[in-house]
Amino acid sequence: MLQTLGHIQIGWLLIASLAVTGFVSFYVGRTSMARAPASGPLERSHSQPNYHGYFMAMCAAVPAALIFILYLVLSGGFIRSQLVSELPDYVRSLGALELDQYVDRLFEHAAMRDPQPTGNDLFDAASSRLTELRGQSRLLMLILALGAGLAGFVYGLRKLNRQFRARDYVEMGIVGVLFLCAAIAILTTLGIILSLIFETIRFFNSEGSPGLFGFLFGTEWNAQTGEDFGTVPLFLGTLLIALLAMCVAAPIGLFSAIYLSEYASPTLRAWIKPILELLAGIPTVVYGFFAAMVVAPAVRSGAQWINSLPFTSDTLLSAQPQSALAAGLVMGIMIIPFVSSLSDDVINAVPQTLRNGALAMGATPSETVRNVVLPAALPGIIAALLLAVSRAIGETMIVVMAAGQRAQITADPTSDLTTITVQIVALLTGDTEFDSAKTLSAFALGFVLFSVTLIFNLIALRVVQRYREKYD
Amino acid sequence: MTDAPEATPIERPSSFASEAAMKRLKRRHAAERRFRAYGLVAIGFAILALLVLVLSILTQAWSAFTRHEVVFDLTMERELIAPEGRDQPEQIASNVTGFNTLVQQDLLATFPETGRTRQLRREVFALTTRLAVLPIAHKVAEQPDLIDETVSVRAALSDDLDLYLKGGATDRRAMVAGQAGIIAANEAGLIEIEEIGDSRFAAFQSAVADLEGTDPSVLLRVDDTWFTLESINTNSLIASYLTGPAPLLGDRYETPIDALIIKTPASNRTVSDRQIAWTTMLNEQGRIKRVFNSGLFTQADSTYPELAGAAAAIVGSIFTMIVTALFAIPVGILAAVYLEEFAPKNRLTDLIEVNINNLAAVPSIVFGLLGAAVFLNLFGMPRSVPLVGGLVLGLLVLPTVIIASRAALKSVPPSIRTAALGLGASRTQAVFHHVLPLAAPGILTGAIIAMARALGETAPLLLIGMVAFVNEVPTRADQESTVLPVLIYKWFSGAERAWEPMTSAVIIILLVFLVLMNLAAVMLRRRFERRW
Amino acid sequence: MLDKTETSQPESAPSDKDTKIDCRHIDVFYGEKQAIFDISMPIRDRSVTAFIGPSGCGKSTFLRCMNRMNDTIDGARVEGEIIMDGADINDPTVDPVLLRSRVGMVFQKPNPFPKSIFDNIAYGARIHGLASSKSDLENIVETSLVRAGLWDEVKDRLASPGTGLSGGQQQRLCIARAIAVNPEVILMDEPCSALDPIATARIEELIDELREQYCLVIVTHSMQQAARVSQNTAFFHLGKLIEMGETEMMFTNPSNQRTQDYITGRFG
Repeated sequence: MLQTLGHIQIGWLLIASLAVTGFVSFYVGRTSMARAPASGPLERSHSQPNYHGYFMAMCAAVPAALIFILYLVLSGGFIRSQLVSELPDYVRSLGALELDQYVDRLFEHAAMRDPQPTGNDLFDAASSRLTELRGQSRLLMLILALGAGLAGFVYGLRKLNRQFRARDYVEMGIVGVLFLCAAIAILTTLGIILSLIFETIRFFNSEGSPGLFGFLFGTEWNAQTGEDFGTVPLFLGTLLIALLAMCVAAPIGLFSAIYLSEYASPTLRAWIKPILELLAGIPTVVYGFFAAMVVAPAVRSGAQWINSLPFTSDTLLSAQPQSALAAGLVMGIMIIPFVSSLSDDVINAVPQTLRNGALAMGATPSETVRNVVLPAALPGIIAALLLAVSRAIGETMIVVMAAGQRAQITADPTSDLTTITVQIVALLTGDTEFDSAKTLSAFALGFVLFSVTLIFNLIALRVVQRYREKYD
Repeated sequence: MTDAPEATPIERPSSFASEAAMKRLKRRHAAERRFRAYGLVAIGFAILALLVLVLSILTQAWSAFTRHEVVFDLTMERELIAPEGRDQPEQIASNVTGFNTLVQQDLLATFPETGRTRQLRREVFALTTRLAVLPIAHKVAEQPDLIDETVSVRAALSDDLDLYLKGGATDRRAMVAGQAGIIAANEAGLIEIEEIGDSRFAAFQSAVADLEGTDPSVLLRVDDTWFTLESINTNSLIASYLTGPAPLLGDRYETPIDALIIKTPASNRTVSDRQIAWTTMLNEQGRIKRVFNSGLFTQADSTYPELAGAAAAIVGSIFTMIVTALFAIPVGILAAVYLEEFAPKNRLTDLIEVNINNLAAVPSIVFGLLGAAVFLNLFGMPRSVPLVGGLVLGLLVLPTVIIASRAALKSVPPSIRTAALGLGASRTQAVFHHVLPLAAPGILTGAIIAMARALGETAPLLLIGMVAFVNEVPTRADQESTVLPVLIYKWFSGAERAWEPMTSAVIIILLVFLVLMNLAAVMLRRRFERRW
Repeated sequence: MLDKTETSQPESAPSDKDTKIDCRHIDVFYGEKQAIFDISMPIRDRSVTAFIGPSGCGKSTFLRCMNRMNDTIDGARVEGEIIMDGADINDPTVDPVLLRSRVGMVFQKPNPFPKSIFDNIAYGARIHGLASSKSDLENIVETSLVRAGLWDEVKDRLASPGTGLSGGQQQRLCIARAIAVNPEVILMDEPCSALDPIATARIEELIDELREQYCLVIVTHSMQQAARVSQNTAFFHLGKLIEMGETEMMFTNPSNQRTQDYITGRFG
């Protein structure tokens, strides 16, 4: 019995028991309400019978669910420590890491639907003991949950009468759930910040850590070998590529936005805008493939051609098969729709009366745009560009596929470079242990990346909001 | 009123019409045209980039949707494929060596001259890969009565030769070199093919001379015997024997000499001269068929490009999307309902709002870090499973869903709410009975677009280990699997040239999914769009 | 004062040499919808012409024909001739940019550019190259502000943004901005509708002063305003010109019954 209970998927256990409790309570609440005699022909109850049912279901299911959650959070550690304490001494005297691995294997074995004996008596016994422990704890949890549900049920039943405002309580419950959903966004941010800070601190405390100064200002990066953690080459590489991307995206995005909002006929606009948005819908991995397969070879042969010109030195450009320029160009193309749609919004928010004022004075449309519309829209456009830069800094797949892995400090856009995001991917792809300086350095990089983009975003969003308020 | 202007009549120099003014106007109009042109050039560049991107991928992918297979008429000898003690269906299905021996025997019979050395055998056996016999094995395992029968089966041609037949990998040209006369051995141990005077001989000579210094392979063929060209004399060709039936030395042939000039030097390609010769022969005998590459949709990943398929990734993507949708859409909608309809104006609400807007702009890779640190390290969830991947992507697109849902809720006019409240509905009832249904199309459109974004996301999934090599199609959301964009990244990193068209093909599959989802969103918007 | 009474009593039949703009058979369409039906009217130089009529009657649309501002609206189409100084302004060879520098316009809502007061006024002069030196430009700014009666109020803060002025000041700034280009005609589209009565009185006074040097056309929904500032009045209804004549005549003895009804407040 305990063994069977230990093997059932915990999810089914949860759904089945909660559903049964909920339905029963709902039914009881509804019928007891419907049967209650009305005190007069005109008397109306505050809440419909269904709401009494919902109220009862809520009373019973919420405490039970809380017990479940508590179990999910606490049981794993408890079962583990109990199991370890029951293991023979010679196993327990293994190193912490090996013991952990041993127990992990046990858990894995016990989690199989139909565990076959391995032949190792101790292992099999421990595995079956684990399932048993699990069954015991689940039985306990079920009893507790049922008890809590019953208590809630009784509490609800005593409240129930014809005048009871069940609907108010149900609605409070609904709003509570809604609030929890909204709070998940905050939890996510908290989770990001806490995990990044936590792992970053671990990185600086770990063996081989370069210290904060060495990390931020060191010029050598060899994290794969766990030797050098100087991030300056990564920062410079990221900046160079973001700069190249903005050189493409800013003018093209801005001019497309101006053309679309100021010159294009409605039909043209209706065609061009979705086409530009197509660029935004293409996955970044596709851009990366394009950058590596089409643009990088073109950049390379272009650089070789420049090198071969009579008035340039043959080693002017390094002309690598992977290059910052290829990644930057393609990233720029990717960001075009981002810049153009954000600028389009801010340009359209400039009141038409301003344009009329300039046109009526005999300004040409381009003079109107340059002297009146753009200055008025400038804060919004700067914010759009900031958001675009933040996106360029955080973009991953294009640089992973087209920019290279070599950490070097150079201003030559045809040489291969590496960036923060490339290194995060390189350090965390594949099997990773969470306790080496190598892995943890990825989190330190992530922390830097998150902070920088966060600052950019906060400034940009604030500016955009101010701007909207100004013209609303 | 004290500063009324003195009523001096103003002089109008009519400076507009002056020559200088007209010149100025001309300049201004030129600037206007330039400015307009910049805008057009910018839009043109963006569209051109899109076109180049799509076309370059399409042309590459085109070849991967078909593949070449070699037809074999094999007698399924029992002692090879199902010997005593290994004749259970599952044993037959996994007996790669046995079936492979059949294929190899057939190749040796087709090209008997290859039996002589180990090197030659290895070269001819490389026409197909070892695992290419798996479909045959499965077929025989299902129908044991085929054993000892002669069956016509097909096995995938090796990826390099497949690429060669599709015209990639090598730059080549076929022509007729002339008419063969007597073939004889010369003093240096080479073979001299007499050319009896044909108008095409001169053209061949100049074609070869053009390639002076680039080290091309020139294959000659008389009947079914293949030679490699060593040098050209005035009326004869000096060549060495390559493959095929041994030439009858001293005989007069009187048949045309076919030449195949392969401009790519042998050291720069992955297919040898002999393999090209054999493939050409097989092709002429009709034993190579170009078929639709259905394996792309039915096979899981493989280390051999010709056997690899995207099925596991497609299924993995679907599982991941289901998890993402189940998490992000309900939570996103409910959060939007709270913020738009119930949230009191206070600092906590402001914080949530700022936070959501910010979260929407956080780089996606940071969510990968979150997943690695929290889901994998802290909660100890398994790596590489759609469940975790879906949750990470769910968190990633949650702000998008919330923002889209809020916009949809905001577009429902307040009069609807007041009407419901006026009938005595509670706020919750007004929202859930009236506002939410009216906002549903807009919310759904936003949700689909968010899902499309999640479908194309790669970086966060790399960090939670979804790059695993998965050679079986997953059946549950908690099994190891990969997803389409990650598969693209993986195949892109593959060394063989054949991965390139395969990668493009997967990109096309992914783009088709994305286009379908976006089309659905557009249709939904068109169908249900309501102007208040 | 003497001067004023003279000009406000023009000859009964406007002679050709007094006509600044002659509109002939104007039709305006927005897409399929026709907004103006066959309107012809002469507009006299150095006087104020007022357009009145119920809202939506097409008076603003007609006003916008005279500097081709309708060109900026997608789908708008103007037919007919508008002769100014002997040339049809709708002729394709006429450059709207040049035209608008000769026909200035002031809008319903004050729309100063988000720039300094100085730059607002100087903008037109700069783009049209009217000033050859900095002192020239300063001169133009000062004269325009003086003419618009704003100089004393803003002379100490020319560098502060134009958007910081009060509504009435902003509108006078816009008038000054229009004057700075040295136009021949100034079109005003309900210039006082967003202003309080005191600011309105100030603008009306200004209009009266400007009349001596410019041809002014003003759209207004206030009949009192039309009566106060204009010499000629045109009454529009449903896109048609119902009646046009000297203001005094129109308000005392209109020939058309609908004009009478509108003026006496029976509809509108």
